[in-house]
Amino acid sequence: MEIRLENLSKIFVDKTGKETRAVDQMDLVIPSGKLVGLLGPSGCGKTTTLFMIAGLHKPTSGKIFFGDEDVTKLSSDKRGIGLVFQNYALYPHMTVRQNIMFPLENLKIEREEAVQRVIEMAQLVGIEDQLDKKPGQLSGGQQQRVAIARALVKKPKVLLLDEPLSNLDARLRLQTREEIKRIQKETGITTVFVTHDQEEAMSISDEIVVMNFGVTQQKDIPQKVYTNPHNLFVAKFLGNPPINVIRGEVKDNKLYINGILFADKKAPDGSYEVGLRPEDFRIDKIGLKVEHPEVDIIGRDTMIRFNIGDTQIRALVDSESYHESNEIILTVRGNKIHLFNIESGDVVR
Amino acid sequence: MKNTLLNLVWSVRNVFQRLKEKLHLNFNLPPWVKALIYLSPALLLLSLFTFYPIVNAFRLVIYTGYQLVRDVDGVLRESITGYTLIGNFVKVLSADNFILPSSHTTSSILLNTLAIVFISVPISILLSLFVAATLNSIKPLKSFFQTIYFLPYITNTLAIGLVFAYMFKSGDTGLVNQFFRIFGIEPVSWIERGATYWRAMAVLIAFGVWDGMAFKIMVFMSGMQGIDQQYYQAAAIDATPKRRVFTRITVPMISPMIFYIVVTSVIGAFKTYSSVVAIFGDTATPDGANYNLKTIVFHIYDYIYSGEDISLAAAASIILFAIILALTLVQMYIGKKRVHY
Repeated sequence: MEIRLENLSKIFVDKTGKETRAVDQMDLVIPSGKLVGLLGPSGCGKTTTLFMIAGLHKPTSGKIFFGDEDVTKLSSDKRGIGLVFQNYALYPHMTVRQNIMFPLENLKIEREEAVQRVIEMAQLVGIEDQLDKKPGQLSGGQQQRVAIARALVKKPKVLLLDEPLSNLDARLRLQTREEIKRIQKETGITTVFVTHDQEEAMSISDEIVVMNFGVTQQKDIPQKVYTNPHNLFVAKFLGNPPINVIRGEVKDNKLYINGILFADKKAPDGSYEVGLRPEDFRIDKIGLKVEHPEVDIIGRDTMIRFNIGDTQIRALVDSESYHESNEIILTVRGNKIHLFNIESGDVVR
Repeated sequence: MKNTLLNLVWSVRNVFQRLKEKLHLNFNLPPWVKALIYLSPALLLLSLFTFYPIVNAFRLVIYTGYQLVRDVDGVLRESITGYTLIGNFVKVLSADNFILPSSHTTSSILLNTLAIVFISVPISILLSLFVAATLNSIKPLKSFFQTIYFLPYITNTLAIGLVFAYMFKSGDTGLVNQFFRIFGIEPVSWIERGATYWRAMAVLIAFGVWDGMAFKIMVFMSGMQGIDQQYYQAAAIDATPKRRVFTRITVPMISPMIFYIVVTSVIGAFKTYSSVVAIFGDTATPDGANYNLKTIVFHIYDYIYSGEDISLAAAASIILFAIILALTLVQMYIGKKRVHY
């Protein structure tokens, strides 16, 4: 089921009459059968978008299509969606079995079929031995699985996950995100999930949608978004350690930073914000001369920290290529240098 | 201005701190001793007005012919004629119309009390749940309605009783009769001459329901406000009908409050007394009726004020205590399975 958002806006009005534009004229197509991550900082409108797709928030304007059907006016129960809440919203007084069966109670199906489906779902998410426990007796990861089973038991056309991993510890997070990917692959259900964690989004999504200020910044497969950010925001948001941003100048297809020739870069003359990913630095014979850098060797990688002007730059290089010395020459290949317009932040190619 | 005030508070606290250090006021008492010191005023009052009477009741109940006699020198002295273990209980239980109606009345004290408990408590709890759920789902004027529904709680029982007596007046003057007249129902006597037992009882039960609702509504509402909205959103996505949302989500989620309310209102209903006096006066009988609406507590007061053996009042109190205790234990047992914390 393809999901299409057309010109979708949501404006919240608080008691004093102040308006907040949570989602601003958003156009988005989520392809059928894909796992798509909505990624952005807190307050960027990603959860609002998800809740509008779910039908829990009513859009101020714009339309939502599921396939060819306009569902904008449909209430959430008629949209055929499954939603997993951030803190799962499992009913604490019911057993796992009752929790998963609850959505089926409102369908016109035989009890035997319902019982059967609950077991199927429990097997799918791997909690079939926990069915008679209460949610409070389960670990966070298990609760997450129950929530997914409850969302899927109705066989929805769309699965929506709100910050699915945020309540889990680091180890469980890794395990659960693989689990989500597996469940999505097995069921082939169109899945949208919301996250503020770029690593999480990059690792499991077929496509990511980076949002800020209620506007889509970029939508593509994760690696492309990472290597070709459309603007400074996307470049800064993705990547850990974050991208280095420094003011630079291009003259005659050569990039100067702080007046020093840094590298060759084909671009119109002018001043730019220059984005350099730490891992794109190489130790070389010609390039930026760095004296007395701070160096941390972290196993395979070596982090080199130095200042250009007042800006601290982090460079991540292969430990094998690094030899202790007071002077290192660093360079970045021209196609790995990102130039952004100083005012708009848009990428310049 | 505010700053100088805060500075003053700060320095006063410092003065006390230094004083405490100078006087070496660090007793290092174990926590339970400290707790006892803080609790002592309440404990003192409780022991004077609650614990001592309880112990006293168990003492009085083994006496026969108990009397307070004033000596020649003016000192009150207890005089008894003997001891009995169960004699007073037997006397109370076998008294006319205590358990079952006797020849000269058609009502019994125990049945009156049980009727009030088992009819008014469920009705008032169900009604309060309904009102609380309704109030919780409206947005405009919410606090206004909350205030209105809370008013009975701060109104004097006797005052409400007088209003009830007035509302249920016989003939055309009573509000209730006027209301029924709209539907073509003839006016009847509710609490005066000619009132039937169940009509009079209905008024008493209505009073009990009304009087207790304010507090229940408040407890239920605060419980409902504490339920995470996500449960309702999750239920909405699954197309759960309102009625099922209420019975399967709201009620179980506030079951601790409901349990608390059930236990306390059963106890409260067993102790019904002032509403009977407020509506029916100190005879607890509508004019010319061959029944009365006396409750167990009413009966206890009867023993005390009639100057009859006070040991019987003690025995009746202990019987009431036993009934309440047994019922509460049963509720606790059921609650263990049904209440979700």
